[in-house]
Amino acid sequence: MNLKKTFLPLVNPLSKENPVIVQVLGICSALAVTAKMEPALVMTISVTAVLALSNVIISLLRNTIPTSIRIIVQLVVVAALVVIVDQVLKAWNYEVSKALSVFIGLIITNCIIMGRLEAFALNNRPWQSFLDGIGNGIGYGVILVIISFFRELFGSGTLMGYQIFPQSWYEAGYMNNGMMILPPMALILAGCIIWVHRAKNKDLQE
Amino acid sequence: MKGLKQRIDRIKPDFEKGGRFEKLHSVFDGFYTFLFTPNETSSSGVHIHDGNDSKRTMITVVMALLPCCLFGMWNIGLQHYRAIGELDHSFFELFFYGFFAVLPQILTAYIVGLGIEFIVAQLRGHEIQEGFLVSGILIPMICPVDTPCWMLAIAVAFAVIFAKEVFGGTGYNFLNIALVTRAFLFFSYPSKMSGDNVFVSLGGSQAADSYTGATPLGQLASATEPGTVITNVLGDPLSFSDIFFGFYSGSWGETSTFCILIGAAILLFTGIASWRIMGSALIGGLLMSVLANHFATDLYPVTFLSPLQQLCLGGFMFAIVFMATDPVTACRTNTGKYIYGFLIGAMAIVIRCYNTGYPEGAMLAVLLMNCFAPLIDYCVVNANVRRRLSRSEIKNS
Repeated sequence: MNLKKTFLPLVNPLSKENPVIVQVLGICSALAVTAKMEPALVMTISVTAVLALSNVIISLLRNTIPTSIRIIVQLVVVAALVVIVDQVLKAWNYEVSKALSVFIGLIITNCIIMGRLEAFALNNRPWQSFLDGIGNGIGYGVILVIISFFRELFGSGTLMGYQIFPQSWYEAGYMNNGMMILPPMALILAGCIIWVHRAKNKDLQE
Repeated sequence: MKGLKQRIDRIKPDFEKGGRFEKLHSVFDGFYTFLFTPNETSSSGVHIHDGNDSKRTMITVVMALLPCCLFGMWNIGLQHYRAIGELDHSFFELFFYGFFAVLPQILTAYIVGLGIEFIVAQLRGHEIQEGFLVSGILIPMICPVDTPCWMLAIAVAFAVIFAKEVFGGTGYNFLNIALVTRAFLFFSYPSKMSGDNVFVSLGGSQAADSYTGATPLGQLASATEPGTVITNVLGDPLSFSDIFFGFYSGSWGETSTFCILIGAAILLFTGIASWRIMGSALIGGLLMSVLANHFATDLYPVTFLSPLQQLCLGGFMFAIVFMATDPVTACRTNTGKYIYGFLIGAMAIVIRCYNTGYPEGAMLAVLLMNCFAPLIDYCVVNANVRRRLSRSEIKNS
């Protein structure tokens, strides 16, 4: 029982409190970076890292931060972490870093991060906050990966850059769906995921 | 007919509650009311007695579409034989070439669309709604003749599920289904929906030397030097009567303004389409094209078309007669209808003239105004409420 309670912050955001499809946060980046799987995965890792570390730092500082300036303190912490992630990415995977362009910098404004800091890290101990950050990061990433899987498969015919549909299909008249590359389709796919998810979890239906 | 009715009435109990095929009730009901007038009458309250149910409305629209449809089939044949340089074919050869070219598309649209409607009706226990009867014939008519059937099937499925069933089925969609299908095709497979090679069916034959596959508006949109003259597929200049009667290439249902006007007359005479929308859209388009023509520049070659040519070319007339007047997606209030129609007409010409990326703007104009229709209605209703409130306050004080 105790063990279950400890890991609740890690498990909850995966389905019941998923930041993207239940709380509808972080939609902007979910539309922007999911045309291909590789940027989506890198984005997931970056957001998870920033989220977990900033949760821990804010949780450690939670008793010393004056309430009136807490947002500024949170922003400073998040901004510092995002700069670090950005630099690491530029050093290790410059191609993807270019593909993600401003969206790494925009992690600062990702609603999930501010939301978790405000709602969780300010009231909980560091270890719990760390788990909460990892859990929300993965919950966000799962949706990104599902959306980008369909978008890359049907929009470009590839997965992680490898061609999936054989050349003979294209010669027989098959064509990639250009709409999948456009952001509106990501929104429709996110809608489909919400549809399936709500159909399976009746208690989430309004 | 009587024998058929007796036979069907005999198997009817099987499909009612407690019968063997209870689950298929909605399918049975759909076919039954398709063949015969339902035998149910209202038992209480005051009702307007009129046999004009949504099935008859839909059938009337399909009948209004028939002239365009038949002419379009013949025109496909005409464009085909002109393109391959064989000019001595009979009327029926032309017609049946076009008929067999579009038959697979019409069948695909109906089978996929009605299939989804049937399945959803079964799942929800609804009656089958007949909204797709019109969409099914409209969809092939506004697509290029060479659209592959599998693309059409995907697009129809997308439109019916995401533009209609998700919002509650026929009567609840806020976007026109046929136009959503076309927009999906347009953005998904642009190379099959626009350009020089899709609007004339070559059927694998070699094109004649003077052949141009681009539609008149497409020719203008991609024109580089000023003073480009629009031509038919043979490269001969188009006269106004060619444009009015529709002897040029394009999505096959939309070319003949003459046939569209026949359809419009049927719709207006039976009172099914709103004359307010049609009229104000025509005025909007006319005003905008007069303006565009007055300020014509070499930068936007489409602006050199005379206002009458603007109205008769491309999908403008088809859109304002058959798409804008769709009662489900248009404005409900009379004042709203004037605004809605006017903006569709004006917007279609603006997009066509000033966005060289889109040779034709009617589709986008109607879809955009579909989105704004509820807002226009809301403003009209609120303005009315405010006006009457202010009147009563004056009297009170």
